[in-house]
Amino acid sequence: MTEVDHAQNDRKVIVRYRDVKKAFGDNVVLNDLNLNVHEGEKVALIGPSGSGKTTIIRMLMTLEEPTEGTIEVDGEMLWHKEVNGKLEPADEKHLRKVRGKIGMVFQQYNLFPHMSIIRNCTEAPIHVLGLSKEEATERAKQMLEKVGLSDKVDMYPSQLSGGQQQRVAIARSLVMQPKVLLFDEVTAALDPELVGEVLEVIKDIAAEGETTMMLITHEMDFARDVADRVLFLDNGLIAEHGTPHDVIENPTSDRLKSFLGRFNSSHA
Amino acid sequence: MTWDWAFAFEIFPRILEGVWITIGATVAAYAISLTLGLVLTLLRRSSFKPLSLLVAGIIEFIRVTPPLVQLFFVYFAFDMGPFLTGAIVLGVHYSTYVSEVYRSGINSVPKSQWEASKALNFSKAQTWKKVVLPQAIPPVIPMLGNYLIVLFKETPLLMGIYVMEMMMIARSIGAESYRFLEPITIVGFIFLVLSYPCALFIRYLERKSGQLPGSAEKGVKA
Repeated sequence: MTEVDHAQNDRKVIVRYRDVKKAFGDNVVLNDLNLNVHEGEKVALIGPSGSGKTTIIRMLMTLEEPTEGTIEVDGEMLWHKEVNGKLEPADEKHLRKVRGKIGMVFQQYNLFPHMSIIRNCTEAPIHVLGLSKEEATERAKQMLEKVGLSDKVDMYPSQLSGGQQQRVAIARSLVMQPKVLLFDEVTAALDPELVGEVLEVIKDIAAEGETTMMLITHEMDFARDVADRVLFLDNGLIAEHGTPHDVIENPTSDRLKSFLGRFNSSHA
Repeated sequence: MTWDWAFAFEIFPRILEGVWITIGATVAAYAISLTLGLVLTLLRRSSFKPLSLLVAGIIEFIRVTPPLVQLFFVYFAFDMGPFLTGAIVLGVHYSTYVSEVYRSGINSVPKSQWEASKALNFSKAQTWKKVVLPQAIPPVIPMLGNYLIVLFKETPLLMGIYVMEMMMIARSIGAESYRFLEPITIVGFIFLVLSYPCALFIRYLERKSGQLPGSAEKGVKA
């Protein structure tokens, strides 16, 4: 399959998937993925469940190991190390070094329930990045302000609504200043009336520009607004890709047409 | 045999002296079981298969042999003195039960918490210390407390290797005076007086556990 890389060729490639395959036993979920993501680019991944889109970002977060192929982050192999010109599986130390450039927001927020909101946002900056408590608190407060929750710093996750928890999760990942931020269906677990507040926050962050984003979403309007490029995954392959205009407004394949159609009817 | 109050009052202080040995052995054995139990749990989760299998085997072996046999074995195999032998053997024996308690606590922490820790790039050690154990331990504190009481009640076993705990003293009083009713009853009474408040406290902890921090009554969930 040809490499999917036509947008923004002038910008540096920050994530490069090369011949990546992922199988769970006999079940191949991702086939021969070749994909470049450029610095600052916002890529939306759409497609039916089981199409492989979640696997793409989970491999980048090192939650899932590719069966074959390589992934590069910022010029460095993620799952491999080059030793004397040969590729060897990366050890935990190497994984940790490269993983530091990636952040992720999860469908179920995954906040730490035993920590206050502010500690959720400062624990990693202090102990992973080595910031002082003051610096980390300062940075965390800025981010909580950005997501509109600066008045909740001393509360606990269980005291917040789902939408608020997800905004905290976004702030928590932003405090780490990742180069690439992954969003895994971050509104799928929310009550419909809480979806908007979370999408607004993500749009604001996207508008600031510098962070590279890969977003899995079922919100087509959101994908259209926020993404530079949309990938339609089907059966472990990138079946269609291009600008939101190309993919969402003018789908060519029957598969994508029926996917979008199903979508609109269920969300009418 | 009729109850002799005067005799009971006479021997009470002597038996009470043994209570410190009983409590000392309990505390020492409990400290060993809490610490070693955690170590066993973590080793058992090692991704190095031979190690985790070995640890699982050791745990199984300790659990299926009677503590009294273990006491005699260690007492005669190693020359450590009765008290130390008793504390170590009971501690090691109960560490296998405590390890099971820790294991259930750790398994109750959702996989998503591990994934969130990875996404924030915590090291393995930081993930354990900051994320997993603080969520795994509080819910099992009542169960751990139960083992404290069980362990406490198990200390009369130590008279088998001549530790001068309450039961040992009671038995020697009986042997001297041919009166067993009073000393044994007194020992039972002291055990009751000490265990019952502990049991009540654990029941209180059980009621409290399951509540997340910040939620006064029941957590508010979206």
